[in-house]
Amino acid sequence: MNAGERPWIRIGTELNGQAAGAVEVVEGFLSELDKRGVEANVDEVGTLGLSYAEPLVDVLVPGNSRLLFSRVTPEDVPTIIDEYIVGGRVPKSLAFASLGDDPIGVVPDLNTMPQYSLQRRIAMRNAGHIAPGDILQYVANDGYAALAKALFEMEPSGVIDEMKASNLRGRGGAGFPAGLKWSFMVNSPGPVKYIACNCEEGDPGAFNDKAILESDPHTLIEGMILAGYATGATNGYVFVRHGHDGPIDRAEQAINDAYAENLLGKNILGSDFSFDIEVALTGDSYVAGEETGMMEAIEGKRSMPRFKPPFPAAAGLWMKPTTINNVKTFSYAPQIVLNGGEWFSNIGVNNSTGTAIACLTGNVTYPGIYEVEMGMTMGQVIEEIGGGVPNGKQMKLLQTGGPLGGVIGLDSLDLHIDFDEMQQAGAMFGSGGIIVGDEDASVVDLIRVLVTFCQYESCGKCFPCRLGMTQLLDQIERIARFEGVPGDMDACERVGTTMKIGSLCAHGQLGFNPISSALQHFREEFEIHITERRDPTGRTSTKFYYPKSTRPYAEDFAQAQPLKVNI
Amino acid sequence: MTVATEELRERVRQAITNQKRPTVTVLSSLLAAQDALGYIPDEAIDEVAAYTEASINEVWGVASFYKNFRFAPAGEHTVEICWGPSCHLVGATAIIERTLEHVGLEEEGETDDGRLTVRFNTCLGACAQAPVISIDHLLRGRMTPERAVTLIDNIPDNDSH
Repeated sequence: MNAGERPWIRIGTELNGQAAGAVEVVEGFLSELDKRGVEANVDEVGTLGLSYAEPLVDVLVPGNSRLLFSRVTPEDVPTIIDEYIVGGRVPKSLAFASLGDDPIGVVPDLNTMPQYSLQRRIAMRNAGHIAPGDILQYVANDGYAALAKALFEMEPSGVIDEMKASNLRGRGGAGFPAGLKWSFMVNSPGPVKYIACNCEEGDPGAFNDKAILESDPHTLIEGMILAGYATGATNGYVFVRHGHDGPIDRAEQAINDAYAENLLGKNILGSDFSFDIEVALTGDSYVAGEETGMMEAIEGKRSMPRFKPPFPAAAGLWMKPTTINNVKTFSYAPQIVLNGGEWFSNIGVNNSTGTAIACLTGNVTYPGIYEVEMGMTMGQVIEEIGGGVPNGKQMKLLQTGGPLGGVIGLDSLDLHIDFDEMQQAGAMFGSGGIIVGDEDASVVDLIRVLVTFCQYESCGKCFPCRLGMTQLLDQIERIARFEGVPGDMDACERVGTTMKIGSLCAHGQLGFNPISSALQHFREEFEIHITERRDPTGRTSTKFYYPKSTRPYAEDFAQAQPLKVNI
Repeated sequence: MTVATEELRERVRQAITNQKRPTVTVLSSLLAAQDALGYIPDEAIDEVAAYTEASINEVWGVASFYKNFRFAPAGEHTVEICWGPSCHLVGATAIIERTLEHVGLEEEGETDDGRLTVRFNTCLGACAQAPVISIDHLLRGRMTPERAVTLIDNIPDNDSH
């Protein structure tokens, strides 16, 4: 990577960078450079995953390694320009790490920091390194090489063979083999067939899909074109939630740039293959992230899940054949096609090949987005990369797999990130969110948040989910207010069982997971609330704030009594 | 009333006929209308129905389903406070409490002077910087109750309104 003779300043402005103040830092650099007449290239990039260090400013002065500055404020900008870029002196108090062949002074090498060295970046290999808005930077890093290889050296069936050989399993949560899924659509009748990429990602605690869109959208676009070529599809949709402007804008710019270079559109690169991609937006609805709900939303309807069969490969969007994958799944495809499926199958562990992208948040020292090889233990991710729980406190719980996942205890630290091992243990990796709670965390309080979320987001189609989540929330609220009665937890379990067998999609089927997993690991805490009328953590607030549209008719039941009906 | 109504209709028509993405649906048209007006008045329901050849019921069905649609004008500025689990674990409730108290609200909604809309968001997507709020769609992380209140007090006045 070489940006010529001018200094190259890269600033991470992905959502987590923005929240840390990166937008003001970009403005600061532009105005301070201008004021001084210093010429430099300033690029907004995605994320290296080190969210705790954001705003992260990465300065390449020609002839040197890259020097990274962490937690930069607009007030630091003149120092960085005057001392380092102009003066050639390293401001030690601001410098964070160096990246490159030649060490810079006493600054640690990023490759010796576990937050970076323990990552194995494939889907996010370019994230934080290249500007998502510059297609040439992507092309300079093997970008669209896999597409050219596929179009001119491989048959569509050859692409599917490589995907199958890679043993890549879908990263949307279910872990279904991607190559097999792609093969289902090959023989479905055309002419119109769709590829849909699900980037709804409403999961609280997960942001890796958005991070890919913001950091390296061309990897996703290339992966989708490859999927289109392999399956004989004609059109693609990138499905994102309205309001996530960064991911939307960067995806649309990438699509426009790809059209301009004939990487999308008619006769791509002069081949016989034509393919179109556009962005489709959804409103706020968690269930829109379910694949059939997503199709309803793209068609412009309520995002309520459909019955299956017919499966999308036979009748999906507008009843045409459709293949749906998550952002991460598509983003592995270019490297798999380029390096071969066997290469990918050797990364990872057992039947879980490749990498996992963990979003580490909560009470943890180094929150971030870490792409690690499958097979690493949860404990390694949290302790070695995440630096464990800060302020000398003890870890108490993990919340994994999104709001429908589980609240699990410390025994799960030994679990390997492996689809099958985690499933057998009753845990989910799902979307990749790992939320850590320290010794002060109240399980009842956290469960109330998760159940509120699941209730708020139930689409209402299946009554076991619609009514069941409301009932579960009532029970949990009563317990949190010390108004629970013995037997409440059993009543919850009966409701949960009904939801599991009587709901169409994962939202209802798994909606009881937060409570059931918490009961498995922290039952005592619920019982103390119910029988002793006290909160062992002292952290369950009696006043709890709900979004207004949670239970719009709740006032009708404001005086609800404890459940006495035997369900 | 009629002038205002006709003006609203015209703005909705402009927004929904100028959608830049090729696939135009009831949902995409409603989103375009809300982007233009900040809310969905009855006129927008009519216009979207006419434009997409859908029934009024279908359009209402979609508009009432997605939680980002609102049916009355928002305040001049929108403050969203994340109440997702990551933010909750590191202090979102204290930020919600302090903010509501400071602006004089009991729950989500608009302040009496019409200056602010306060909304709780299920996840603003920057959980690594929790707790997070957003002010007019700009994310602000590593938040404290006092900083939130200071940021809200320092929102510049809109010139364009």
